[in-house]
Amino acid sequence: MGGLLDIEVLESGYGSTQVLWGSSLSVALNQSVVLLGVNGAGKTTLLKTIVGLLGAWKGRIVFDGKDITSLKPNLRIAGGIGYMSELGILPNLTVEENLELGGYFRAEKDNRKRAEEMFEYFPDLREYRKKMGGSLSGGQRKMLGVAKTLMSSPKLVIMDEPSSGLSPKFVKKVIEVLRLLHEHEKLSMLIAEQNVSFLDFAEKIYILDKGQVTFGGDVEQLKGNDTIRETYFGISH
Amino acid sequence: MLRRYFPSLGVILAIVAILLCLPHFYSNQSFLFNMMLYLALAEGLNIIYGFTGYLPFGYVGFFGAGAYGAAIAITLLHISPFFGVIIGGIAAVLIGIILIPLLRLSGAYFAIANLAASQALYFVVANPSLEKITQGPYGIDLSSVYNADASYYTMLGVLVFAMLLVAYMRNSNFGLSLLAIKEDQVTASLAGVNVVKARSIAWMLSAFVAGLSGAAFGWYTAVFYPSTVFSLDVSVFTIVFVLFGGIGTVAGPLVGTLILYSMYNFIGISTPQYFQLFYGLLIIVLVLFLPDGVASILQKGKVYVP
Repeated sequence: MGGLLDIEVLESGYGSTQVLWGSSLSVALNQSVVLLGVNGAGKTTLLKTIVGLLGAWKGRIVFDGKDITSLKPNLRIAGGIGYMSELGILPNLTVEENLELGGYFRAEKDNRKRAEEMFEYFPDLREYRKKMGGSLSGGQRKMLGVAKTLMSSPKLVIMDEPSSGLSPKFVKKVIEVLRLLHEHEKLSMLIAEQNVSFLDFAEKIYILDKGQVTFGGDVEQLKGNDTIRETYFGISH
Repeated sequence: MLRRYFPSLGVILAIVAILLCLPHFYSNQSFLFNMMLYLALAEGLNIIYGFTGYLPFGYVGFFGAGAYGAAIAITLLHISPFFGVIIGGIAAVLIGIILIPLLRLSGAYFAIANLAASQALYFVVANPSLEKITQGPYGIDLSSVYNADASYYTMLGVLVFAMLLVAYMRNSNFGLSLLAIKEDQVTASLAGVNVVKARSIAWMLSAFVAGLSGAAFGWYTAVFYPSTVFSLDVSVFTIVFVLFGGIGTVAGPLVGTLILYSMYNFIGISTPQYFQLFYGLLIIVLVLFLPDGVASILQKGKVYVP
């Protein structure tokens, strides 16, 4: 496949419960990919397996030309993957400390510069830099989560439902910022979502259903698929 | 940036200046020595408890290991007491390495397991069949190398080292990574932190400080028994001092120790009955109104505590 990230027939799960049944997908350099799936489809399991929080039972994960299937999570992060979980931040650290932690590997000087860049994208955070992460609103926390993940300038950003728990207004804002970041920083992204608004800036879409990838293509192809259209857009002939 | 270390270094310099000058005005060297000892132990405990959240009830195990490690080096290997102190610190680190698997436990389970480990160490050291090495229950006699002044300044050195370690942790990326581990190990590892390595380093540094302190104490006291250097009072005092002052800062444990240990000496020794009452009340008040220690009063008022 030769993309930035190649997942090959991945199987994984929790304990003895198998969740992923041979999922394959790939993310090319500078590409924004959305992984669509309903609750329980296995999106979080897939992402957790990619970053190493869950072990792969079978299959291969190749990132940036290297097989990382059995690498520890912190080494995958050090290798250039940025991961934002649904919660994403540490509530008992300040906004600044959260950002510093995001740039754990970088020199302090680079971190300060990067934090300034992040404040340009997220002006609210500059205002609250000394506040505890836990005192921010849901939307601001999500913004902090995104900024924290981007602090290390990762080659690939993986996000688990950035829209969860947010009002439609904030969802729009998150999408706007991600679109800007994708344009300005040529970010490669893999975003797991069930909110179809994210399809707006997706260059490639995968659909995960019961632990298997059932569709891979662009928005036009997706909209041409009757079954999918019915499931996700609620439109039928 | 070095500038962020200035407030912490200011506190350290103040403490050092006081402890260098005080012996010229105040003749109770033993009190000053014990004060330094508990200041160092409080900072050592702060490293592991304040930054990673593990509460080591068996902290005295490292203290005892340090005292005995140094004593064995001095008596059997005829090493100079100063290097004996360093060997005491290393002995405690070795015990710490053996106990690293305990860090897989959390909360009360860790506290209990650590307590049990320190008691096991006590029984090993006090075992009469090890008399040739540890003198068993008959105690250690270091009176041939006794030197009050040299051991006093060695203890001061250990205290400075402990305070500098905490200052480093308070202001560095390493300390931040430990705070992240304390809060959420998964999120920390997803920031690229090697959780197992970072918390093991903190654990060993904390053990090293307790070992150095125990060794310096052994040298200063010259004669001690397993029951002296493995006394649970050492763990309990240190924990109470740290909790009273506040964790995660350089100044918190210092303030807690200065107040409570002074009180222990001025009331506790002359009128122990009132002291117990007063201490008990103080701990109740602390738990109810100041669970994060004295330093938290300032922190709530947005004042930076070094």
